[in-house]
Amino acid sequence: MSVPYALLALLSESPKYGQRLQSEFEARTGRVWPLNVGQVYTTLQRLERDGLVEADGEGEGARKQYRIAPAGRRELEDWLRTPPELVPPPRDELVIKVLVALEVPGTDVHEILQVHRRHVIEVMQRYTAVKAAATEGDLPLALVADAELFRLEAIVRWLDAADVRLKQADPSSQHSEVSPTPTTDPEATPATEVSQ
Amino acid sequence: MTTALELRNVSKTYGSGPSEVHALTEIELSVHEGELVAVMGPSGSGKSTLLTIAGSLERPTAGQVFVDGVDLANASRSEQARMRRRSIGYVFQDFNLLPGLTALENVTLPLELDGVPARAARKSAQQALDELQVTERAGRYPDELSGGERQRVAIARAIVGKRKLLLADEPTGALDSVNGEAVMRLLRAATHRDVAGVVVTHDAQLASWADRVVFIRDGHIIDQTHPVPGPESLLAAGEPS
Repeated sequence: MSVPYALLALLSESPKYGQRLQSEFEARTGRVWPLNVGQVYTTLQRLERDGLVEADGEGEGARKQYRIAPAGRRELEDWLRTPPELVPPPRDELVIKVLVALEVPGTDVHEILQVHRRHVIEVMQRYTAVKAAATEGDLPLALVADAELFRLEAIVRWLDAADVRLKQADPSSQHSEVSPTPTTDPEATPATEVSQ
Repeated sequence: MTTALELRNVSKTYGSGPSEVHALTEIELSVHEGELVAVMGPSGSGKSTLLTIAGSLERPTAGQVFVDGVDLANASRSEQARMRRRSIGYVFQDFNLLPGLTALENVTLPLELDGVPARAARKSAQQALDELQVTERAGRYPDELSGGERQRVAIARAIVGKRKLLLADEPTGALDSVNGEAVMRLLRAATHRDVAGVVVTHDAQLASWADRVVFIRDGHIIDQTHPVPGPESLLAAGEPS
């Protein structure tokens, strides 16, 4: 969805050829989104058809230089201010796994939560390593890594909250010491508000 | 690799009888020189107790605590004190700088307490401040420093001299996430020289700066992360649309 707008943004600085648009797109998105040059040209053709960009010069593809049209500028300004879809369908896979785990007899849900917590933190370590290795001036990469890290951190916080809710819902786990592999009573069905 | 910190079968119990609380149970943990380990757990999980025992600020009820090859859990009080002064550095959540001393004097203090001559102590302290990039703040008092600068000075004090073990309890305190990240970069750089670092935190983003994350729950180490693969696998994961 956002590639046409990213190209409009690059063209809003100055007219450019397709090849240059491709390399600038990759550089400015922290090089985490590869974009092939064919996709650049098909997108440009669509933008031209819709009157959002204009092409200089004759011929095909690489010989054409593109500039942003006034309608393209207005379209870009509108897009920057349009909120993205923030309400995903309520069927997050991890939430479903945990809800299902509550119903499987003999399953230690705390252990399931920990498996996922460890996995998420391992992914976070990899994003942090990307950030640590990045050159100091690489602002796009830092912003992209931050976005992923905050998203993953939210998952860890949800897992932590789920741990607490499960304990509160299960009086048998209220000991000062819990064995390393505590068993959860499958009959004690904790409230479903964990899915919120 | 040299093991800088090793906890062997460490347990800590507070109180006795019905009010007995098991803060730590049979903890096994080794940290190598050059390794930064994060201990992650909710409040009350025993993570701060683990840190104070590793730093010899508290004795375990059972088990052994080796720092740089010396068993601190069973050492004399004077030997423990010597290790605290020379081999172990601490970074606390609230910085704990002494308000009446300048940044340089705060960093010099642990060396002076250890009997290092003043001139040599000042030189080492200056080096530590240089490393933390707060050289020009050496003459300022803590209340003249920003939060980030205070934390840099606190880290300089923790690594000054020849320390083997750097211990930090929620070291980014109330700093915002970007300044907190700067602190973790500094701790990482400090440990990657040849110091072992242990950071206690409940914050997943801070923990992700560590080479290894150890999970603690109800006084037990329940899990730890696997070695981190290279970042390459993350990039170029998907085509944009």
